[in-house]
Amino acid sequence: MADTITLEVFRYRPDEASEPVFQSYEVPLHKDWVILDALNYIKDQLDGTLSYRWSCRMGVCGSCGMMVNGKPVLTCAAFVEKYAPGPVRIEPLENFPVVRDLIIDMSDFLHKLKQVKPWIIREEEEAPDKEYLQTPSQLADYKPYSMCINCMLCYAACPVYGLEPDFVGPAALALAQRYNMDNRDQGNRQRMEALSHDHGMWQCTFVGDCSAVCPKNVDPAGAIQRYKVETATHWWKNLLLPWGKDK
Amino acid sequence: MTNPAPQTCDVLIIGAGGAGLRAAIAVAEANPDLSIGLISKVYPMRSHTVSAEGGAAAVIKENDSLDHHAYDTISGGDWMCDQDAVELFVQEAPQEMIRMEHWGCPWSREENGKVAVRPFGGMKNKRTWFAADKTGFHMLHTLFQTSLKHDKVLRFDEWFATSLLVDDGRCVGTVAIEMATGKIQAVIAKAVIICTGGAGRVFPFTTNANIKTGDGMALAYRAGVPLKDMEFVQYHPTGLPFTGILITEATRAEGGYLLNKDGYRYLQDYDLGKPEPKPVLRSMELGPRDRLSQAFIKEQEKGRTLQGPYGHYVHLDIRHLGEKIINTKLPFVRELCLKYENLDPIKEMIPVRPVVHYMMGGIHTDIHGATPLKGLYAAGECACVSVNGANRLGSNSLTELLVFGARAGKAAATFAASQNGGFQNGGFQGSAGNTIKALYADEVRRLEQQFLKKEGGTEKIATIRKEMHNAMEGGAGIYRTEDSLLQSQKEIQALKERFTRVQISDHSSTFNTELIAALELSCLLDVAEAVIQAALHRKESRGSHQRTDFPKRDDENYLVHSLAYRKDNDFPEIQYQPVTITRWAPGERVYGR
Repeated sequence: MADTITLEVFRYRPDEASEPVFQSYEVPLHKDWVILDALNYIKDQLDGTLSYRWSCRMGVCGSCGMMVNGKPVLTCAAFVEKYAPGPVRIEPLENFPVVRDLIIDMSDFLHKLKQVKPWIIREEEEAPDKEYLQTPSQLADYKPYSMCINCMLCYAACPVYGLEPDFVGPAALALAQRYNMDNRDQGNRQRMEALSHDHGMWQCTFVGDCSAVCPKNVDPAGAIQRYKVETATHWWKNLLLPWGKDK
Repeated sequence: MTNPAPQTCDVLIIGAGGAGLRAAIAVAEANPDLSIGLISKVYPMRSHTVSAEGGAAAVIKENDSLDHHAYDTISGGDWMCDQDAVELFVQEAPQEMIRMEHWGCPWSREENGKVAVRPFGGMKNKRTWFAADKTGFHMLHTLFQTSLKHDKVLRFDEWFATSLLVDDGRCVGTVAIEMATGKIQAVIAKAVIICTGGAGRVFPFTTNANIKTGDGMALAYRAGVPLKDMEFVQYHPTGLPFTGILITEATRAEGGYLLNKDGYRYLQDYDLGKPEPKPVLRSMELGPRDRLSQAFIKEQEKGRTLQGPYGHYVHLDIRHLGEKIINTKLPFVRELCLKYENLDPIKEMIPVRPVVHYMMGGIHTDIHGATPLKGLYAAGECACVSVNGANRLGSNSLTELLVFGARAGKAAATFAASQNGGFQNGGFQGSAGNTIKALYADEVRRLEQQFLKKEGGTEKIATIRKEMHNAMEGGAGIYRTEDSLLQSQKEIQALKERFTRVQISDHSSTFNTELIAALELSCLLDVAEAVIQAALHRKESRGSHQRTDFPKRDDENYLVHSLAYRKDNDFPEIQYQPVTITRWAPGERVYGR
């Protein structure tokens, strides 16, 4: 095995150049290194101007998602060795505007997250010294959807989000379901109304790319299908039984 | 240079991890009229609270008591905790945790639907609430998502605060860089709360994320606020070699063994009790973190550790727990081992070694989170109340950020509501306005001269950082002496001088991460200086601060908190203030007997 590998890194500096370019860097090929370690090597030793986000290096903060050889991955969990002999192409996550180099603008997601009301909605909060009961099986109902780290890999993989930027998208919908399915929550109806104008959801064809790239096995595709079924049922009920609107 | 109009808010919070978000919600609930600014150098859900694994302590079960929680905390802290703060902390902990439950935190449960608790190191009773082994992740996302319903919270995501604005002995805001554009702006507020977390990145081998660079500690320190008890740095006994990824104490609470190279449970040789097949509270693997990390070094000195490419290590063995327990209670541990260490803990032992984890010390505050600087508050790891003393009890930090985040939020809200500032309404008006305008202009000039427009720097950021790491690990690690500390001090002093010639190759204004790295490094150097100075002056061994030249605890002279005050062009000045003792007279720390 060679002892170095070449990274072809997407560079875009709006202050200085209007067009993105790829810049090649040769880095040591260490068995223990992940792509993020290689980027840190570039930043520290070769080129201090390369910009990207990272923090925890243990797959839980969600900062370091990038396209590596065309696939969205967390670079802290992608061993360089896997890509040998290279070269490896590193690009910012697809479907997002690029701020600079490998840094995307994800403000759209923050806006959409708020739109789905990802918090417990109840008519009344329980007394401050009393917990709500929740059995392990009730917890298990929504737990997988609560594992989303907001890393944006699913948006980068989503063919619908690429074409229909208004689509609320996989992670936000999974989080809406996370609260809908929590037995402590009563906000299902409110969330459904917030999503009723989302055309993107109906274009989701259950390709499942979002679930395939999710590093935390959240299965947003499953959440979206569930939502479609619930919304359709809700719509038919209101149409056929207008006197008994469901809650 | 144009002066962008300053942002204004009633309460400004710097740092949007667990403590910052809890504070923001507290302000919003305390006074709906107040506007809240929330500055963070990363999106809130990226904050390091996300990495906390094992759980959060609060008394909820009938066999437990507030006094037990207080005693475990105080003895765990080697009697350096302020006992009034601890009493209030354990008392408010359960209601804070129930609040998290109401906000949707997915706590692990018992069959009957009640919240489950697990044991943790240094605890007399089981009282650690947990969400499998991703407790910090779930708490952070629950807090962040809950904060979204409060429209009065205005977030400044990816803004980096560079200095506090202090007018006439009062903190009135901050200057910060909007990272996406490079714009330098003043953010003016009636009260400011710093919640920026710890500074583990001052050491080379740490569980702490890249962002844990002591920024808030440095902001306060430079504004004349003392840093308290900085000599106390917690090493967690079980980190993965190379990456420093934390393997939670919950692995030992569930029954994991620590084994030396001979497969021997070596903790029995260090006055931590006898080895039993099942975990025993306050014994062996469930002893406190400082004692376990120190035992590792002794074991290494005896030549009984293993050696790998990244230094000495021992084994953490959880194989006997079985697949089911590991998958339900420790799934993240398994995921981390599989993904980052390429081993399956169901079948193999985990290599571990002590790793810098937590700063007990921080910005000096009272029990309301107030610092000595009027209008300035602090909470979470960046602050020192102190409930952690000389060694923090595992699973107290998540609870601490809730209790004191909320307290600081309420206190800051009350203070802000009592002020009728002349600097509000978006302008630099009146005499206070003129001062702020001048302070802002000074800070812009400093940033441009020292960093942004600087040419011809010769010192690499990465080199200075690496040498700082070596200096800290070399002289201010688990065991220290006067000689080792003096050596570290000399090295840090030289690095501070070299830092004035730091090289910035990136001069663009859009998301300049090299500039941010340089600013973070300057914060780390300030923190390093305070750690060393406080450690030099404390001529005793207590908790995590072990001086081989002064191996005994000395209550007569050192039952006091250290306060490090920054001095221009000189070492910090160390003052002391007494530890508050209410009901628990200093005694021997007894584990396993």
